[in-house]
Amino acid sequence: MANVYFEDINVGDSIPAWSRKTDFMSWNRYAAVNDEFVYIHMDDEAGRAALNEQGAFGMGNLRYAYLVNSLHDWIGEGARIHEVGCQFRAINQKNDVLTVTGKVTDKKVENGENRVYLDMNVVNQKGEATCPGTAIVVLPSKK
Amino acid sequence: MTTQPQADTQPTLVTQEMIDKKGVWEQESTAPPIAESDIRKWCIATYWPEKPPRHYWDAEYAKTTAWGGIVAPPDFNPFAWPIDRPPVPASRQSATAAGAGQRGMNGGQVDTFGVPMRPGDVITTRSRTTGWEERQTRLGWTLFTYGETEWRNQNNEVVKTRVRTGIRF
Repeated sequence: MANVYFEDINVGDSIPAWSRKTDFMSWNRYAAVNDEFVYIHMDDEAGRAALNEQGAFGMGNLRYAYLVNSLHDWIGEGARIHEVGCQFRAINQKNDVLTVTGKVTDKKVENGENRVYLDMNVVNQKGEATCPGTAIVVLPSKK
Repeated sequence: MTTQPQADTQPTLVTQEMIDKKGVWEQESTAPPIAESDIRKWCIATYWPEKPPRHYWDAEYAKTTAWGGIVAPPDFNPFAWPIDRPPVPASRQSATAAGAGQRGMNGGQVDTFGVPMRPGDVITTRSRTTGWEERQTRLGWTLFTYGETEWRNQNNEVVKTRVRTGIRF
């Protein structure tokens, strides 16, 4: 079932905020499923050697997963994520509270699909944008 | 895109191997069949500490959805945990390595999704470098490498295409 329909979307709409506190509990779980055991994500000394004074830092791929999950939770299981892209601009520090934000920039019918375009980001508790990106989702119609 | 540094200011981080392999598909590999449990664990990790959506882990419920069964989230990686470990490309080497050009980071990606991945699917990947540029950044002399990766399932259907940026400094 879809949570939202194409006709209900307007340019400028925001998606519901989606937040997670990140630390070794979340990073280690992600490392376990993605086989991403890299010292910079596991060890403070390695993180500092990689020029991050605060030590170990989070995976970009986990923030990417948060972008995907936020979109999924907004559109529901009856709709489809077509494209997601992002740049990793700032580091995810230990104990950061990350919030995914998204704003609709366009909507149009393309290739027979009801596509909604969004600007996305992952913002930390200081309001710093760490992961700007874009997304396209395909929504069902009420018709 | 290829930008060379001025020869009298910075040595290039571009290697002959990169030049030789530009545009050439390589690193082809095939993942083991996707298991329901792989998807369940993936979703628990990426939704932690919240419970993931039911259609990712409850097969009976998933049959009632538009997907007709369990599908993996689009970011799911079936290539995790390979038996054989191919050498890590230079653009993906550890950020802790010493020396200019030996430290690496993931600069970002754009994924376009095709058919969903399902339990039992066997995914094959291939990748190629499409270009690069070099410039001074806050990290020092930095090489941005651009590439693309394609995933297809056992029916030769496109599952995902990724355009990625690797960073070396």
